[in-house]
Amino acid sequence: MLAGPIGRDDIVVRGARVLDPVEGIDAILDVRIDQGVIAQLGERLDTNEHRIIEAPGQTLVPAFVDPHVHLRTPGREDEETIASGTAAAAAGGYCAILAMPNTEPVVDDPETVRGLRTRAETEANVPVGFFAAITKGQAGEELAELGSLADAGAVGFTDDGRPVVAAGVMRRALQYNAITGRPIAVHCEEQTLTRGGHAHAGAVATELGIVGWPSLGESLMVARDVDLARDTDQHVHLMHLSARESVDHLRRARDLGVRATGEVTPHHLCLTDEAVRTLDPNKKMNPPLRTDDDRSALVDALREGTISAVATDHAPHSPEEKEVSFESAPFGVVGLETAFSALYTYLVEPGVLTLETVLERMSAGPATIFGLDRPRIAVGAPANVTLLDLAGSWRVRADRLRSRSQNSWLLGERLTGRVTLTIAAGRVAFE
Amino acid sequence: MSDLRVVPGDLVPPRRERRHLLSVEDLTRDDVDRLLATARSFAVSQERETKKLPTLRGRLVINLFYESSTRTSSSFELAAKRLSADTLNVKSAGSSVDKGESLKDTTLTLSSYDPDLIVVRHPEAGAAGVVAANTRARVVNAGDGKHQHPTQALLDLYTLREAFGRLDGLHIAIVGDVAHSRVARSLVQALRLVGSDAILVGPPTLVPDGLAPVSHDIAAIADADVIYVLRMQKERMLPGASFVPSLREYTARWGITPDRVGAGQRVMHPGPMNRGVELDPRVADSPASLIVDQVRAGLIVRMAVLYDLLTAGPVAVETAVGVA
Repeated sequence: MLAGPIGRDDIVVRGARVLDPVEGIDAILDVRIDQGVIAQLGERLDTNEHRIIEAPGQTLVPAFVDPHVHLRTPGREDEETIASGTAAAAAGGYCAILAMPNTEPVVDDPETVRGLRTRAETEANVPVGFFAAITKGQAGEELAELGSLADAGAVGFTDDGRPVVAAGVMRRALQYNAITGRPIAVHCEEQTLTRGGHAHAGAVATELGIVGWPSLGESLMVARDVDLARDTDQHVHLMHLSARESVDHLRRARDLGVRATGEVTPHHLCLTDEAVRTLDPNKKMNPPLRTDDDRSALVDALREGTISAVATDHAPHSPEEKEVSFESAPFGVVGLETAFSALYTYLVEPGVLTLETVLERMSAGPATIFGLDRPRIAVGAPANVTLLDLAGSWRVRADRLRSRSQNSWLLGERLTGRVTLTIAAGRVAFE
Repeated sequence: MSDLRVVPGDLVPPRRERRHLLSVEDLTRDDVDRLLATARSFAVSQERETKKLPTLRGRLVINLFYESSTRTSSSFELAAKRLSADTLNVKSAGSSVDKGESLKDTTLTLSSYDPDLIVVRHPEAGAAGVVAANTRARVVNAGDGKHQHPTQALLDLYTLREAFGRLDGLHIAIVGDVAHSRVARSLVQALRLVGSDAILVGPPTLVPDGLAPVSHDIAAIADADVIYVLRMQKERMLPGASFVPSLREYTARWGITPDRVGAGQRVMHPGPMNRGVELDPRVADSPASLIVDQVRAGLIVRMAVLYDLLTAGPVAVETAVGVA
């Protein structure tokens, strides 16, 4: 279901701490990659004619999978392209990303999916999966051709950027989608509660005089969609969760055996609405940053696995769109190149989450939700590995980002934990 | 006139740079006292036959207004003129803004005339900050969305001090559409800064929690020194939002009528008012009303703000450092 370059690199990574929490490996080992496939793990391996990467002091982990990226292609290639977005992904340690279909035009017909996949084969730096829309034009009225779209290679379906407003349409989509077996991913927003809202409806928005976007605006739709998943016995994936109440609904649904999964972004795990006080448009997201209570509920949910994936919701915007007042600015921030470092700096170093949990939720977790082979460090597995310098620190600078857009919430910040090498599908994609 | 003395202790560490007036949060208590003292000295000057002072001769003040405004725009323009500054008024209607020019580009364009100060009014929170980030001029926020209106808060403080002879220990009931009011936000902060307090009174849908104590019962205004009445801002309500069922019901429950104003209570309103909606005309025109005083204070307080940003503050400090 992924489209992109497949490599046959011959590499030996020597002396790194090899850490794959799912495989149960945590040891100083050499890893030999033959023709893009992991061939041997051990000490002092024979290097043959392979390229040797000396990595003592660094950590080799399964590469990351991002289930929520906006590549802005087709339509806004000034903001991101398949090439630039996947270069940013590789720089962030990702070996696979899934692209959202809310482009111009919307990805809602099989020909568009095939066209994007063909372009990714030659333009992408790491493999890409393409979502298609649930409804035609993401208008929420008529179902897109889910069967043909799946046949064309769509990795799943979503109307991201907006909800499927009508419960009846959403129920039909879930029922019909049984023929594809690909997940339906939902953007949960009850728009009569969020209209005009620019920040979490709480103390900060009240003080700033900004119309609020309440937690209920998300959680009411989460409750509806998990009930629809229960009713239809279909899988629903809840994107970019932000509120404690939403987590509560998801946890209850999962306890009941409903096929519901969830994802959370680094910015919702690291920031609260206090960050909005400066009215910096790079702190404006949809759903909005919420309170510290919400943030800690999201962290707890990620730790326990109620939320099993970190997703960046990488949303490039051009400078002219963001160099405006907070209320005029569009929602969204870029995140591919900073996701791991942000989580490591904000949550792992202070001891809130273990490194193992973060690694699992950035790789095996999202891969499993979308039925992808999980990146793993094991003999016979395609080489999808990332080398991390956990002691290395770096400053996030706009002119160093590989994304075409620089709307990062971390500009100017110093982070700990650097990606030094990414091997995606058997090929060095970043070093 | 204003306090330009610089004592060595002020210089180490250097004073917080105060190039703009974007929010009441930019102000210290000392700033407020100095600005109100300056305003009072200008009040005296405005009683003379020749009202114009030469203080800002040769300076350029641009008034950039993206929202309709009568008293704020006219008082800023007159304040600049009374201080002999050149003024340039740019309104969004009929300008390149109509042609889709961004706030950043408009700011860059106007800044190429080397203005000393830009006064900006804009319908969105944070717009004054965008202007400040793109110009070397000083910036005064004349209202950004529902966020801040710091010169309104200053003129209200001036009015209160003239009426009561003090600023501390006053109790102000702010009545009406607090949710959509930058005036209320700025005033609550300003009152806290000077040691007075506010209670917010109005319908639950229009009075948010978290700014100050709240009551939905109009009886809560009874022990206030001042009833500060907000405009029912119909134009700010999103279509179909139904914050209140009708203006008639609003007026019946929360309108300020003569029987709701106690002996000794004073009434203020930032204007423009809807007579007969939030404020009964008999109250507006009664001796209890300070509304005309507010408008008068608007001119001299804005003169003080222009004067302070363009002559006192960092400029004086830099000069003093040079002398030292």
